[in-house]
Amino acid sequence: MTTETADRAEAAAGVAPAADAGFLQRYGATIEYILIPGAALVGALAVFGMFVALFGKNPLDLYFYMYQGAFGTWFSWQNTLTRAAPLILTALCTALPAQLGMVIIGGEGALLIGALSATSVALAMPWAPPLVVQIAMVCAGVIGGGLWITLSGALRQYRGVNETISSLLLVYIGLAILNHLVEGMMRDPASLNKPSTREIGAANMIGSIPGTDVHWGLVFGLIAAFASYILIYHTVFGFSARVAGGNIRAARIVGLGVNKLILTICFLAGGAAGLAGMVEVAAVQGRTNANLAAGYGFTGILVAFLARHNPLAIIPVAILLGGISASGGLLQRRLGLPDASVLVLQGIIFVFVLASDALYGRIGFLKGKT
Amino acid sequence: MADGSIGLWTVPLAVFGGAIRVSTPFLFVSLGECITERSGRINLGLEGTLVMGAMSAYGISYLSGSPWLGVLAAGITGALLGALHAGICSLPRVNDIAVGIALMLFGTGLAFYLGKPLIEPTAARLPAIDFGWWSDVPQVRAALRINVLFLIGVALAPILYWAFKTTRWGLLIRTAGESSDAARAMGHSVLAIRLRATMVGGFLSGIGGSFLSLFYPGSWNEGLSSGQGITAVALVIFARWDPMLCLWASLAFGGAAALGPALQSVGVTSGYHLFNAAPYILTLAIMIITCSPKRTLTGAPAELSITR
Repeated sequence: MTTETADRAEAAAGVAPAADAGFLQRYGATIEYILIPGAALVGALAVFGMFVALFGKNPLDLYFYMYQGAFGTWFSWQNTLTRAAPLILTALCTALPAQLGMVIIGGEGALLIGALSATSVALAMPWAPPLVVQIAMVCAGVIGGGLWITLSGALRQYRGVNETISSLLLVYIGLAILNHLVEGMMRDPASLNKPSTREIGAANMIGSIPGTDVHWGLVFGLIAAFASYILIYHTVFGFSARVAGGNIRAARIVGLGVNKLILTICFLAGGAAGLAGMVEVAAVQGRTNANLAAGYGFTGILVAFLARHNPLAIIPVAILLGGISASGGLLQRRLGLPDASVLVLQGIIFVFVLASDALYGRIGFLKGKT
Repeated sequence: MADGSIGLWTVPLAVFGGAIRVSTPFLFVSLGECITERSGRINLGLEGTLVMGAMSAYGISYLSGSPWLGVLAAGITGALLGALHAGICSLPRVNDIAVGIALMLFGTGLAFYLGKPLIEPTAARLPAIDFGWWSDVPQVRAALRINVLFLIGVALAPILYWAFKTTRWGLLIRTAGESSDAARAMGHSVLAIRLRATMVGGFLSGIGGSFLSLFYPGSWNEGLSSGQGITAVALVIFARWDPMLCLWASLAFGGAAALGPALQSVGVTSGYHLFNAAPYILTLAIMIITCSPKRTLTGAPAELSITR
C-alpha cells in the first residue's frame, strides 16, 4: 500500500516526464483494469484446459467448441445474448451495493421473489391489455426484488447483521417461499410433474427483439446498466454513495444520510435482480416454477467481481459469461463433459480474478517510469 | 404404547432424533469455522468444502469399500480447499469474504463435475451404534441409532474449548485473531497461523460433508447440501466464537431442520417447504436478535473482517 502511494506521488510529481510515461500515467489505470482481469481469464482457461486434459479430453477441442457454442454462429450468439440479459441484471445486484462497500450475494433470492411478484400481478389482472400487464409486471418485479435486498441492507444498518450472510440466507428463504406457493396456493392443477403457477398468457409475453430470437430482456439489462453507470458516476447521489463506500465516517461527518443511501442502493440492486426474474418469467418460462432457480443470481456475483463492480464493464463480462454457459450444451454433446463443467470453469475464473487483485499497481511497465 | 403406536409423540421424538442426526454436519462445520475465525479470517467457502467432502467421501468409500477411508479423504479434500483459501488470502489486497464466495462456487461445481458418475452406485456407509436396544418402539430405536462421528463432534467441542483456553496453539490462534501485530511482535507468522487454522477448519468441514453422503441422508446427489455450510458459518457468529455454544446451537439447528420431515411423517404436509427453511429463518432471526449496530459483538476476534 505504501509503495503504491509512493509510486503515485512520484508519478504525480513528474519524476518520469517522458511522453510515453504521460500516456501510461493517464491511461495506466484503465489498461490495468483491462489487462489484469484479461490475464486472469486466460490463466483460468489454461487451468481449465489442463483440468479437462486430465480426463482425456483435448484442450484445443475444448476451446474450439467453447468458441463455437458461445460466439461461433449467429445461433450461438443469440443463445449467448439471451443468457447475458439476466446476468447483467443480477450482476448489478452485487455491483451497486459494492459502491458502498457492501458485499451482497443474494441476487438469486431477489430474482426468485421478483419472478413470483411479477407472475402474481399478471395472474391477478387477466382483463387488462398486455401493455398494462407488462408494465405492472416490471413494477412488481422491481419492487419485490428491491424490498428483498432492502431487507438485507436494513438489517445491516439497524441491527448490525452482516449483509453477506443475511442476503445468502434470504436466497434459501426465498426459494422456500417460491416452492411453498408454487406447490400450494398458486399451483396450476394441470401441472403434474413440475409444480408451476398458471401461465401468464402468450399475449403478455414480452417477445423478441425484431429479427432475432433474443428477448427484450437484453434491452432492459442494457438500460439498467447504463442508468446505473450514470447514477454512480455522474450524479450527486452516486458521488455520495462512493464517498460513503470509501469512508463511512467521513460521509457521516459531511452530513450524508448514510442509512438512506444504503437503503436506496439496496432497493435498486434488488430491483435489478427482481427485473431479471420478471424477464425470465415474461420472456422465457411464461410461469413461475423451480426452474427459475437456475443460478443466474450466483453467476451474477462473478460477473460483478470480474467487472470490478463497474456497471458498464458488466455488459461485456455478462456477454462473456453468458457465452460460457451457452457453450455448456455443446461441450456436453461433443466432448461428453458433464453440465457442471461450466460451474467448474466459473469457479476457476472467480479464484483467478480474486488472486489477480494482488497485481494492481505492481506491473512494472505500467508504473510510468520505463 | 405396547402396540408400538405412539401417536403424536412421533414428532418430538423425530425432532430429537433429527437433532442428533442432522446436527452433525452443522457441528463439524461450525467447529472448523470457529478455529478459522478465531485466527482472524472468515472462510465463507465451507459450503463448497462440505459438498466436496461429501462427494470425495462417497467416491473413496465406493472405490475402497471402507467408509472410514472416505471420511479421511473428505477431511484431506477439505484441508486442501482450506489451504487454497488461505493461500489466495495471503496475497496482498485480497478480500477473504470474496475468496470464500469464489470457493463456494468452485467447490460445488467441482463436486458436481467429479461426482457425476457417483449418483448411481451405492457406497459402503458409516455404521451406527444402537443406543435404543432397550426399547421396543421402532421410532425410539430409530432416533437412538447414533453415528460415531456425532460422538466425536460432541467430544471435540469441549476439547476445543479447553485448547483455546489453555494450550499454546490456542493462544497463538487467538493472538493472530485479536491482534496480528502482537503475534508478529512475538515472532510468529500470522499468515502461517491462519493457513493452519483454515486447513484444520477445512478438514473438519470436509468430515461434516462425509457425514451427509455416508450416513444421513446417506447418498450422493447434487441437492445434498442446500446451504448447511453457510448456515453453520452464520451459527459461529451468534455462538460468539465459543465451541461449546457451537455445540448447543448445532443441536438446536438440527432439531429445527428435522421439524419438516417429522411433521410430514405424521401427515402434516402443507408448509413442508417452509418448515424445511426453518434453519435459515432461525439463523436470520437469531442474528437479528443478537447483533447490534452500536457495538461489535462480544467475543469477536478483533481482526475479523466481518465484524469490523
